Amino acid sequence: MTTFAIAPAPHLPARTTVRRVMGDVLIALVPGVVAQVWYFGFGVLAQIALAIFFALIFESAMLRLRGQTQRPWIGDLSAPVTGALFALCVPAWSPWWISCIAMFAAIVFAKHLYGGLGKNIFNPAMVGYLVVLLAFPLALARWPAPAPPTAHAPGFGDLLQTIFSGHLPASQNFDALSQATPLDTVKIEAARGYTLAEIRGNPVSGQIFGDLGSNGWEWIANWYAVGGLYLLWRRVIHWHVPVALLGTTILLTVPAWIIDPDVNPLPLQHVFSGGLMLAAFFIATDPVTGAATPRGRLIFGAGVAALTLAIRRWGAYPDGVAFAVLLMNCCAPLLDRITIPRAYGYGLSCDE
Amino acid sequence: MRIHRFHGGLKLQGRYGAAPAPIRDCPPPPRLYVPLLAREGKIEPIVAIGARVLRGQCIGEPRGIGARVHAGTSGTVIAIEQRDVASSKFVHASCMVIEADGQDHWQRSPAIDDWRNASRETLLARLHDAGIVGLGGAAFPVDIKLAAPAETLILNGAECEPGIGCDRALMIERAREVVQGAALLARIVGARQTIIVLEDSLQDAHAAMESALRLHPFEGAALAQVPTRYPQGGERQLIQTLTGREVPAHCLPREIGVLCQNVGTAAAAWRAVAHGEALTSRIVSINGAGLTHPGNYEVRIGTPIAWLLEQVGGFPPRVARLVAGGAMMGVALPHDDIPIDAGCNGIQVLDESMIKPPAPEMPCIRCGECVRVCPAQLLPQQLFANLMRDDSPRVQLHKLDACIECGCCATVCPSQIPLVAWYRWGKLQLREQTKARELSQASRVRFEIRNVRLQREREERIAQRTSGELPAESRVATITKSDVLAAIARSRARRDAQRRSQRDRQNSDGDGEGQ
Repeated sequence: MTTFAIAPAPHLPARTTVRRVMGDVLIALVPGVVAQVWYFGFGVLAQIALAIFFALIFESAMLRLRGQTQRPWIGDLSAPVTGALFALCVPAWSPWWISCIAMFAAIVFAKHLYGGLGKNIFNPAMVGYLVVLLAFPLALARWPAPAPPTAHAPGFGDLLQTIFSGHLPASQNFDALSQATPLDTVKIEAARGYTLAEIRGNPVSGQIFGDLGSNGWEWIANWYAVGGLYLLWRRVIHWHVPVALLGTTILLTVPAWIIDPDVNPLPLQHVFSGGLMLAAFFIATDPVTGAATPRGRLIFGAGVAALTLAIRRWGAYPDGVAFAVLLMNCCAPLLDRITIPRAYGYGLSCDE
Repeated sequence: MRIHRFHGGLKLQGRYGAAPAPIRDCPPPPRLYVPLLAREGKIEPIVAIGARVLRGQCIGEPRGIGARVHAGTSGTVIAIEQRDVASSKFVHASCMVIEADGQDHWQRSPAIDDWRNASRETLLARLHDAGIVGLGGAAFPVDIKLAAPAETLILNGAECEPGIGCDRALMIERAREVVQGAALLARIVGARQTIIVLEDSLQDAHAAMESALRLHPFEGAALAQVPTRYPQGGERQLIQTLTGREVPAHCLPREIGVLCQNVGTAAAAWRAVAHGEALTSRIVSINGAGLTHPGNYEVRIGTPIAWLLEQVGGFPPRVARLVAGGAMMGVALPHDDIPIDAGCNGIQVLDESMIKPPAPEMPCIRCGECVRVCPAQLLPQQLFANLMRDDSPRVQLHKLDACIECGCCATVCPSQIPLVAWYRWGKLQLREQTKARELSQASRVRFEIRNVRLQREREERIAQRTSGELPAESRVATITKSDVLAAIARSRARRDAQRRSQRDRQNSDGDGEGQ
């Protein structure tokens, strides 16, 4: 008699792993990251490296504190994904402690104190981002003007010095380097009583709006969308959230823009500026903190879009994607509960 | 014929190992261990130890829902003993051990040559006597399933599980038996429409069936091809694909006028009627890495797997897992000294590369792949989360009982969670809870009835004391039906009130934590 180890069905090799899913997300970020480096310089890569470094440090420490083994947990790549997504939301010249604090909030609080991978309610990357946005609004507003690489004035040494000291070299200053983002500009100028036509027509500040909505940003957004299509093809994400998010944005902004183009920006400007595209494919699609049902995902995406637009229009912050994602994270359990699909054969009766 | 779609499912193409090799005969082993397995109830042995039996001779009678069991070869009954079996429901069952005499003599019933004109009852009685069960895997007694009439008969040749090829081999080599069997079953249930279904990847089987159907046509017969998509062979999925209708929950297909039978069952039924042969063997697909002669074998029911594998060329080196059934829903066996039963359509001999590595299970990341592939349209990840929390009301809300245990969710899970094992456990839990609830409800009713009786006796004693009389007959208080009904209603109300207050307490606790 030969004996064998038993195991539950199905008896097939593994099709995919958590590590591969997270790895796909990192791969999908590559086109967007390249575009962001093109417009904002190597500081983008430095920020990603910093954030991933801190994410792994805190991940490892929390695993030890929680009595879990380092393998396979550290290798599941979920912490690097959190780090990378966060790093893409901060200006390329941000000092190192921004990343450190954000990753502390993201990995320690948002992830491990809720029970670790798969148990967190809030999107860790967005929690990290919002903590530093609320704590250091000035540092996070210092976005340099998007420009092709030749135009980058400060060199690599300056960049490292700025990141590690928090101060620009004496020859530079942030006011000269940074430029208000299109969303900032609209918010500030509209508050000063200008119409959108006037803002866009301004020879200086009007340049930043580019062809589709915001110069430079629009191309970064396009490349994120390309990465998103890769994720859809790899079945890492489902179509519901991106379609609902972008669709709702267009649906809500087109009528407003038609009625009063002086106050309401172009729909395309909404889509292509700020973090909307990144959110549509990479952040609101986070399965752990999003809705689990197909209908729930549609509502989730639509909710993120509506809240983002509301915050952009009436809120104190120029962009509201991160707030919108966290607010919708709160709703996800409820959405899951009210959108349970009808199971096969249910709701039918057999006496026909 | 219009082909509809069922929700979810998986493309498992490229994983089909079973070659349409000829159906080879597995010679009877020196000892057969015929499992006495019933669906519900048990099989009572009707031959004594020491008795001589012939192949096809009845050795067990069902008590409850089950089919007759027959000896697989001629020989002597030497024992009836508990042995491990290859069932997902039972670990052990009593098996009749038959020492073969090497003669392999048949005992056949008289053939019913004129079955086209025989009465339904005669034919059903023959299927019962021959112990014909569903050969698709469930091994449900055919005579019970065929007892009700059905408008549409579906002959399921869409076996769809990787590693199983017995139906394909049968349809290629014995197409005539399948078609005749289809006509027989259609006649028994009075079907107006008979659809023989194959997957569109089985072109060779389709050609064979087509020519057999041309040679032996019968009214209402049709051949249909369905997409090769697991679990296409699932009864409810197949019905949806062919009719566009779902079988309502907690209903049987026959309640919407449809009856499904495996093609192998039809062939076995036809042999029982036209040749008087009882069910003593079945076709088993043997597959795996490193086997010298994989393929389809006609195996006597009760043949130990070890013997079968010896005929196939022995165990290859480095076997990691032995599975009875297909790769998706089969049962991993602890050893090879286990007999083939009527429901066993395949044996998989798997090495390390064909199964999941013993990597640690990761937590669910709610990726939703399981939702996409679930043919029952459930939310497998939510079911899993609620089972982990032991939250049975939520488990029921998510309709665990609709799960068909096909294994699609566990196949695509990136966290390697054995989801099906969780669902089986959960179903067991729910059944036990229901049973416990019924028991406690029954004792509550008894308690209320007792209270009524005591109350009435007390009232009568008071009445006697005040009137001073002692009527001898009315000592025993009589309980009327209305008393019982009232008692049940009271106990229900009390239970509901209890639950309500419990829930309120929980809710207020929850609020308290939130604040």
